[in-house]
Amino acid sequence: MAERVGVYICHCGSNIAGKVDVENVSQWAGEELDNVVVSRDYEFMCSSLGQELIEEDIKNEGLTRVVVGACSPHLHEKTFRKACSNAGLNPYLCQMASLREQVSWVTEDETLATAKSKAMISGAVKRVLLHEELEPTEVPVNPHSLVVGGGIAGIQTALELANSGNPVFLVEREPSIGGHMAQFDKTFPTLDCSACILTPNMSDVSSHPNITLLAYSEVEDVSGFIGNFHVRIRKKARYVIEEDCTGCGICIEKCPKKVLDNVFEAGIGYRKSIYRPFPQAVPKYPVIDTESCIYFDRGTCKACEKFCPTNAIDFEQKDTYIDIDVGNIILATGYDTFDSRKIPQYGYGRLANVFTSLEFERLCNASGPTDGKILLRDGVTTPKSVAIIHCVGSRDTRFNAHCSAVCCMSALKFGHLVIEKTGAEVHSFYTDMRPTFKDYEEFYHRLLEEGMHFTRGRVAEVTDAARQPGEEGKLIIQVEDTLIGRQRRIPVDMVILMTALEPKPDAREVGLKFGISCSMAGWFTERHPKLDPVATMTDGIFIAGACQGPKDIPASVSQGAAAAARVLGMIMKGAVEIEPVVATIHEERCSGCRICNTLCPFNAIDYVEDKMVSVINQALCKGCGTCVAACPAQAISGAHYSNDQIFAEIEGLLFDVVQGNGSKPVVEEPEAVPA
Amino acid sequence: MADERFEPKIIAFLCNWCSYRAADLAGTARIKYEPNIRMLRVMCSGRVDPSFVLKAFALGADGVMIAGCHPGECHYLEQNYKTMRRFSMLKHTLKAMGMEDDRVRLQWASAAEGVLLAGAINEMIEQVRALGPLDWPKNWSENGKIDEAIEQLVEEHAEAMEVPV
Repeated sequence: MAERVGVYICHCGSNIAGKVDVENVSQWAGEELDNVVVSRDYEFMCSSLGQELIEEDIKNEGLTRVVVGACSPHLHEKTFRKACSNAGLNPYLCQMASLREQVSWVTEDETLATAKSKAMISGAVKRVLLHEELEPTEVPVNPHSLVVGGGIAGIQTALELANSGNPVFLVEREPSIGGHMAQFDKTFPTLDCSACILTPNMSDVSSHPNITLLAYSEVEDVSGFIGNFHVRIRKKARYVIEEDCTGCGICIEKCPKKVLDNVFEAGIGYRKSIYRPFPQAVPKYPVIDTESCIYFDRGTCKACEKFCPTNAIDFEQKDTYIDIDVGNIILATGYDTFDSRKIPQYGYGRLANVFTSLEFERLCNASGPTDGKILLRDGVTTPKSVAIIHCVGSRDTRFNAHCSAVCCMSALKFGHLVIEKTGAEVHSFYTDMRPTFKDYEEFYHRLLEEGMHFTRGRVAEVTDAARQPGEEGKLIIQVEDTLIGRQRRIPVDMVILMTALEPKPDAREVGLKFGISCSMAGWFTERHPKLDPVATMTDGIFIAGACQGPKDIPASVSQGAAAAARVLGMIMKGAVEIEPVVATIHEERCSGCRICNTLCPFNAIDYVEDKMVSVINQALCKGCGTCVAACPAQAISGAHYSNDQIFAEIEGLLFDVVQGNGSKPVVEEPEAVPA
Repeated sequence: MADERFEPKIIAFLCNWCSYRAADLAGTARIKYEPNIRMLRVMCSGRVDPSFVLKAFALGADGVMIAGCHPGECHYLEQNYKTMRRFSMLKHTLKAMGMEDDRVRLQWASAAEGVLLAGAINEMIEQVRALGPLDWPKNWSENGKIDEAIEQLVEEHAEAMEVPV
């Protein structure tokens, strides 16, 4: 039976019809293209009326194939596939031609746009004739989930999932969960104490029966696919036996070695060699830093072991490996801050009283090294004037083109804290003030009223070279005030650099491990920037928080909860459908050469020794088709992207050339019998 | 006749994840490029069998572009490296058949690089336009060698694929 194809050309209002003569294309397709029995144009094919048009024609005209010339298949392929299946046609017997993104929006000339549209419709019709019915496969979803990263986004995700009654593994690289939020003093714009709102959630995590917390651990290896991932986790040796440790902290007290804490205290405070990053750390167990520990260096000391009341110190402890099976993985690996030393004219690391924003957070924090007193680097002097420089490493094409999103608000928060705690003059040097979101603008106005000074301009230099009276012993900010168009020199005691948020340095590596991609800058790429910001291109892997891009606490929490909701949806359904676009090896044609085996990065191809052929595990196959192209015996076929389908599409796309130059087609087709 | 500009036909294979999305973005951003290019979607640039390229030329295309994710950014982790390998072999083969370098092009374009892709398309169209028509089918038919050549190719292919036991 000859296939009966329906062709539908969408006007998309004037988006397509404004450039392409849609009536002409549709009429031409109906008259000139083989097997086309219905050809229509319609104002909005994606509307319910447009879809009904297709459904009616399938039922009344007996269509066996559908071609829709409209927008990109990334937008509405699902819509039209669904329309087909509503009318009882297998959804994979539908093909789209992107007349909007690839023709009307990018072509100047109307005649040429119409001609190109015809070629694209011709390609789609030729191809769709060879489409096969495909059925998505269903795989069960393991209700266990893995959350990677124990910052606020990861904590939120883990709690949402666990509270719904599903088991969660939470992996954190550092000795304690809490992330950057645990380092902060206050949160904007409410000035809530950061620790006060975070620590209850942290202890919920540690006591939750559904959460297995694996702190001081890293994911080593991930295999499997949506619903069925196998993950190997390396639990780094703490040199403390968790089962025996009561968290009393005597070991920390007795440890004779003090070292600079570059992680939690941001390099302005000290910790011991055996330490907990902060008093409320979760889990409560300390960890020995072997780099600085006297015993690991010289083989003597063991003060911690001597004083431990429960004999929980074990210097022989080794890293252990834990293998878990999970259905979904949420990455909430967070961000890093820009290294201010890359901008030497701001003097960080050279001028003592230039601080980074993270250092200042610790300085303000009541549990920080100065007990919350805002002091200069000498540890005694209270500053009388403070400069806050915005956009350090952000909105600067030399380093990061992006806006770090949180710094304007943090700067306002710092301004408030300085005024409140010291009464000092505060100058903000901003590029643009961006207090977006709820109550942020109001906070900005509050600071204006509190007397914080705002100067619009990018600071040229921070220097200690006094040129004018009153500048001696001060840090001088050299800046062009762009609102009055004048250079200014403002002497201050302390400078705070609002450092940019940057992707983690190993984000690319981590992405590769989980099979997801990063943007050029290194942020994880979401499936759709507007409509699917938590899913990734790899099914079953989600992202939440600042690993996807700079964002503040409420945004991270929302994304964490959203990712949990997406995962829960799948857990509740119990199964997921896997796209049937996969490769299959035809045993009788396979010579067992094994070329394909090494090509598959997902290890989906196995060699069967006794049959001497290779087979593809369809649940692992992601459908890239690389093996299909590589098979020298053409024993592998790729569903929905078969050689024949692609050849047909090429032929269709080149219909005018194929007909025009008088050559016979490479594949002889039987002469059409006149009706 | 002489002042009529030659309009080459170029077939492009775009990977679903990066370059097809770059084409979508070029559209959304209304970046104009010449209409001489006709695009096909494949899941990955690694799916592009060299025979697709040969087929396009055999059917009358004047140029072929293969576009994929940047190395290191492949949606399928590393399959575009295989594309790279294949592409250099393909180029070598085409050169042996007397084809000019500029008729095939491997282009990396991320989903965010609509401008880059449109620029590359225009550049390639100009290059192929300068080369003039390829007209493989016609040239082959004229000297009556096409069937012979195809038969020979099939034989060679079969021989090359013999797997020693």
